[in-house]
Amino acid sequence: MNSAIAQIGLGPFLTVSAALLVLGVFGIFLNRKNIIIIMMSMELILLSANLNFVAFSGALGDLSGQVMVLFTLTIAAAEAAIGLAILTVYFRNRGSIQVDDVATMKG
Amino acid sequence: MIQLVFYVFATVLVASAAMVISARNPVHSVLFLILGFFNAAGLFLIAGAEFLAMILVIVYVGAVAVLFLFVVMMLDIDFTKMREGLQRYAPFGAAVGCVLFAELVMAGLHWVTSPVTPAPITGGLGEPGGPMTNTSALGTLIYTHYILLFQLCGLILLVAMIGAITLTLREKPTGRRQIIGKQHDRMRADTLEMLDLPLGNGTNANGGFLRPPGSYYDTAVPGSYGIPPSDSRASENGEGVPK
Repeated sequence: MNSAIAQIGLGPFLTVSAALLVLGVFGIFLNRKNIIIIMMSMELILLSANLNFVAFSGALGDLSGQVMVLFTLTIAAAEAAIGLAILTVYFRNRGSIQVDDVATMKG
Repeated sequence: MIQLVFYVFATVLVASAAMVISARNPVHSVLFLILGFFNAAGLFLIAGAEFLAMILVIVYVGAVAVLFLFVVMMLDIDFTKMREGLQRYAPFGAAVGCVLFAELVMAGLHWVTSPVTPAPITGGLGEPGGPMTNTSALGTLIYTHYILLFQLCGLILLVAMIGAITLTLREKPTGRRQIIGKQHDRMRADTLEMLDLPLGNGTNANGGFLRPPGSYYDTAVPGSYGIPPSDSRASENGEGVPK
C-alpha cells in the first residue's frame, strides 16, 4: 500500500469521488438547457471514476487501475472532441444550441 | 501533513466542481473546471499516480478544457435564456442527487472485500529489483499486458479525429481545389496551338501562338488579334484554360 494512502485512508478519497459524481449528476439536471455545461458535468463524472480508480490502485498496490484511468482519459478526450464537433455543426445549422430545440426526431 | 494537503486539494476540487455547475457565465464554468482538474491532479499525486497527474494536467487542462473554452467563446449564444428553467429543474436534480448520494453511502457502509484477492499486477513497481518509477512501470504494463486495449485506444482516437474533422470541415465553393482527373484529361490540343506563319507577318494577325485557342480574345485589347472565329469563341471559351 502506498504510504500516503495508508496515512489518509481510502475513505476520504472515495468520499471526494462520490461528491464529484453527485455534483456531476446534479449539474446535468440543473443546467438542462445548456449542453456545454452538461458536457462539463460529464467530464466531472468521468473524473470521479478516475479518482476512484487511482485511489484503489494506490491502496491495493495494483497498477491496473492506473492503466484503466489512462484509457478512460483517452475515451473522454475523444468523446469531448466529437461532442463539441457535433455541437459546432448543430449551432452552424440551427443558430442555437438549445437542448429543447433538438426535437426533430421526436425522441 | 499529507492529510492537510489532501483536504486542501479535496476541498478546492469539490468547491470548484460546485462552481462549474452553478456559475452564471459558461466561461467561468470552464475556468473552474480547469481549477478542478489541477486539484484532481494533486489528488492523483497523493495517491501515487504521478504519470496520470501529469497526463491530466497536459491532456485535460491543455487540450480538452481549452477546447471547451474555445467552443464557448466561439459560439455566439444567449446564455441568459438558457438559465430560465433553472428554478424548475433544481428541486428534481437535488432529489436525484440526494438519492444517488444515499445509495453511495449505503454501498460504502456494506462494502466488504473479497477474501480471495488475485495477485496485484504491479508491472514491476515496488519490486525488490531497484527503483522503478511510476511511468516506467505503467509503460511495461501498457506495452505487454494491455497492448490490445492500448491499440484499441489509438483506433478510437483515430476515429474521433476523423469524425471531428469530417463533421466540421466546411467546403468553400470559392476555394481553388486541385482536380486530378481534369488535370489528367488535358490534351495537348487543348492548350497549345501551332501555327504556320507566313513570312513578314506578325503573329497578331493570326491570333498569336503558344496559347490555348479561344483564350486570348477575351483578355487582350479588342481587335488587336484580328477577328475572332465565332464558333471557337463560343465553344471553347473558358475550356482548356489552365486553371
